[in-house]
Amino acid sequence: MIYLQLFLSFFKIGLFGFGGGLAILSLIQHEVLTNGWMSETEFVDIVAISQVTPGPIGINCATYVGYTATQSVWGSVLATGAMILPGLIIMLAVCKVYVVLSARFAGNMFFQNTLRYLRFAVLGLIAAAALLLVTPATFIDTNSIILFATVFILTVLPQLVPAKQPMASRILNILSHPILLIVLAGMAGYIIYS
Amino acid sequence: MLPLIQREVVDYRKWIDETEFLNMIALAQAAPGLIAVNSAIFIGYQVGSRHIPAVWTARRLARLYPYLAVAAAVAGAVLPSFVIILAIAMLFASYNHMPAVEAVMKGVRPAVVALIAAPLLRMAAKANNPKPFREGGVLLLTWSLISALLIWLAHVSPVYIIAATIGLALIATFICERRKR
Repeated sequence: MIYLQLFLSFFKIGLFGFGGGLAILSLIQHEVLTNGWMSETEFVDIVAISQVTPGPIGINCATYVGYTATQSVWGSVLATGAMILPGLIIMLAVCKVYVVLSARFAGNMFFQNTLRYLRFAVLGLIAAAALLLVTPATFIDTNSIILFATVFILTVLPQLVPAKQPMASRILNILSHPILLIVLAGMAGYIIYS
Repeated sequence: MLPLIQREVVDYRKWIDETEFLNMIALAQAAPGLIAVNSAIFIGYQVGSRHIPAVWTARRLARLYPYLAVAAAVAGAVLPSFVIILAIAMLFASYNHMPAVEAVMKGVRPAVVALIAAPLLRMAAKANNPKPFREGGVLLLTWSLISALLIWLAHVSPVYIIAATIGLALIATFICERRKR
């Protein structure tokens, strides 16, 4: 039963999805590829579309995967709902005891250390998500490598420019916008491959 | 996303104050799931439990009102992207075999991989907050590397990595706290 599988997978993603959109991407990727709901290239396409559309990337991915896996709107509803559910239960519980909790947990070493350790694990998750997408299907020739390197450098560059040069860093900030980079890469792809 | 939420909820609507907003970020990040959705749940609950209409109180439904507010907030956070993506998913399914679309996607795919990988450097620098290289930073970076390799080459589920990390953090803290005494 694909709907049950979809629900369980996305509930799991919601329950273990710490550390923001890119980390959740890694969990979605693992579930999608092990369940055979779509190929690697289809997954990359979905990530691309999720990047250029507004809203949280996790919601975008879940909605898309749910639709593609079932070819029905209900798949989207189920996947997105299942992903939100664990967070909803936990956040509601947290809200009920919020006043007590925020005072007691702020200085708790177990809590603080767990958050810190998770930040590092998330680095590994995101690195693996990127590495898993380096396949012959996504990197077809040297042009792909040039595109990868260009986008990577343009994204990293604004952090390396010192704040003393406001003009340069402003230009680089505009150039490093993910939506612009994807659109430019798409135009490059159209010119090179068609 | 968070600056947008702050402007709307703190500055414009004045539903919660600055301190509560900071607490909200901390809680929304600590809880599993999407930060935007978790924030919506928190704000919905706070607003719903403070501004209960008299009609609801009179009919003894006051306790339900915060949950209604949460439902509204979550729907607001999710629905726009849900609808947009669903429309695109339906369209893309019928267009993705066109040669032109396929050519565009061939260019986009390596760019997406770069966009996933590039934030890693900044995140690695921030992971050790508040102090840049607090004790154990190098060991923890090694753990990042190990988890990346386990997921990438051994196809271990990221779920196990997260669970193992939580376990590791609790054990390490337990040992540290005991040594202090």
